[in-house]
Amino acid sequence: MANRILGALRRLNELGTQYYNAPYRAAIARAKRDEEDLFMLLVFSEMMGIPNPAAWSTLELQPLLMDRFHEWHTRMGMERSPLDHFRCC
Amino acid sequence: MSAIVLLLLGLGGMAAGYLFYSRFIANRIFKLDPDFRTPAHEFEDGVDFVPTNRYVLWGHHFTSVAGAAPIVGPAIAVIWGWLPAFVWVVLGTIFFAGVHDSGALWASVRNRAKSVGALTGEVVGHRARTIFMIVIFLVLLMVNAVFGVVIAKLLINNPGAVVPVWGAIAVALVIGQLIYRRIIGLGIVSVVGVAALYSLIYIGPQVPIALPDQVMGLSASASWILLLFAYAAIASLLPVWMLLQPRDYINGLQLFVGLILLYGAVLIGNPTVVAPMINVDVPPGTPSLLPLLFVTIACGAISGFHGLVASGTSSKQLHQETDARFVGYFGAVGEGSLALAAIIAATAGFASLADWQAVYTAFGKGSLTAFVDGGAAILAGGLGLDASVAATLLTVMAALFAGTTMDTGLRLQRYIFQEWGEIYQQKWLTRPLPATLLSVASCLLLAFGAGGADGSGGLLIWPLFGTTNQLLAGLTLLVITIMLVRRGRPAIYTLGPLVFLLVMTLLALLMQLKSFYDKQDWFLLGLDLVVLVAALLVTLECAAALKKAFSEPVEST
Repeated sequence: MANRILGALRRLNELGTQYYNAPYRAAIARAKRDEEDLFMLLVFSEMMGIPNPAAWSTLELQPLLMDRFHEWHTRMGMERSPLDHFRCC
Repeated sequence: MSAIVLLLLGLGGMAAGYLFYSRFIANRIFKLDPDFRTPAHEFEDGVDFVPTNRYVLWGHHFTSVAGAAPIVGPAIAVIWGWLPAFVWVVLGTIFFAGVHDSGALWASVRNRAKSVGALTGEVVGHRARTIFMIVIFLVLLMVNAVFGVVIAKLLINNPGAVVPVWGAIAVALVIGQLIYRRIIGLGIVSVVGVAALYSLIYIGPQVPIALPDQVMGLSASASWILLLFAYAAIASLLPVWMLLQPRDYINGLQLFVGLILLYGAVLIGNPTVVAPMINVDVPPGTPSLLPLLFVTIACGAISGFHGLVASGTSSKQLHQETDARFVGYFGAVGEGSLALAAIIAATAGFASLADWQAVYTAFGKGSLTAFVDGGAAILAGGLGLDASVAATLLTVMAALFAGTTMDTGLRLQRYIFQEWGEIYQQKWLTRPLPATLLSVASCLLLAFGAGGADGSGGLLIWPLFGTTNQLLAGLTLLVITIMLVRRGRPAIYTLGPLVFLLVMTLLALLMQLKSFYDKQDWFLLGLDLVVLVAALLVTLECAAALKKAFSEPVEST
């Protein structure tokens, strides 16, 4: 019995979370993407000739961001990687 | 007459509409197909296109269409007596709104979940699309101006609600952070949030706040309107998860709580409807029932705004095409039931006919104030709530609905300005801040231009708002009708409402034009003319598009 009540509550919470998120999913995803774009720009700024005081730290991140880099440059309207020495496709 | 009879007749009628008429429309006219691959599946991307549980989808469809508008309209329209408003809300929901809403969903789902705006461009033509944009802009402009005025009135009428209404914003801000940063789960947050809101409502009447009569030469009403727009401008610039999303969620909960409380109180207390069935003794200056009733009550009977919600977001999440009946039609029934509650509160919440007449002294009087006062009396009588707490509860509910609409409305208006900035290559206009300021300025111009320095006459534009809203509904119905004609199916079920709406809208505009001319109110006369031109263009567009559709051969689908 207690299990069933708990299960029902969990299901209710799931539906409620869907209800909370559904109308704004797109707007929030867009906002997150904008944040991501800024982040990528910061990480790869040195390569594009924009001085970055934190380059020492962001350099370490670059290999980790390889996958996302491709998504990012296509989203920015560049079919191929803009950086000669940083090929991803 | 007992209010219970009204309640049962109304809810019974709408339930029958859902059970029988909507089934007929869904099976025979739209021919909803459970095997049709909906855009939610075809383009599933986890963001816009997500197949969603139909109860969840209904929940947010219903709560996004039901707000302050289905309360304001009926609460003004009962000035002609309860019967006309009641009949229009019930029949309007069954034969107009339900068909329109589920039809908009169907039309969008069958066209890759495009919005009604895009569909008008595709199905009807480019000209129609331009008209559509202008009509939307007018609707937003009017709804923002009116709601600013309405909330100001509510806050002046009930100073005890000031603390909970503004406090609710703080509650929403905290909830937004807690959920966005995943600090606590939604269930606990909801319980705590609702408890916080209701304790604010309980404390509110003990710490009433009223603005001084004059602040720098402005009346209290004018100062509230300015404050509200300043708030709405800031709110509409914030990311949605911070304020709009949690507030929308609280509103949704409030809507269900409010409806259950009101209907429960009516059933327990059985108040008497004191307003006349048909008011033969309307205050001087009240316009004629026909056609004004049909534009005074837009939301609650049929509203074009629903088409925007249905085709903009709901259609992208429809799991099965057959869900359109439940989400669209039953969503309209939900809103009809809110309008019905407003009618009951504004006609049965008064002690005597004389009390009722003292509120409805002129056209546009009553509105939300009558709903709050009447509803509070019913809650106090039926559930034994303290009268001031009950009034605060309903004021907060109404003000939160209206406030959220203002936030969304300003946001959408800003997008339109930004889009215009891009089309006409005005770089400065594409930035959020200038576009928001322009939106706010246009709304304020309307609120004060229509009502003088204290903004008190803002409700004069309510019927104009209804008219523009109906025009929007007309355009959606046109799209559905053309789709039906092209498929060789009976079009009368959407064509009938379309013709009725256009006739009533045009008549109402002409009558108002004359009344504004008589009053020498050039500002409103100008506004009326703009809407009239839009209405004529819509009518011509309908005639041309239908003529073409009827002459074309029927498609096989």
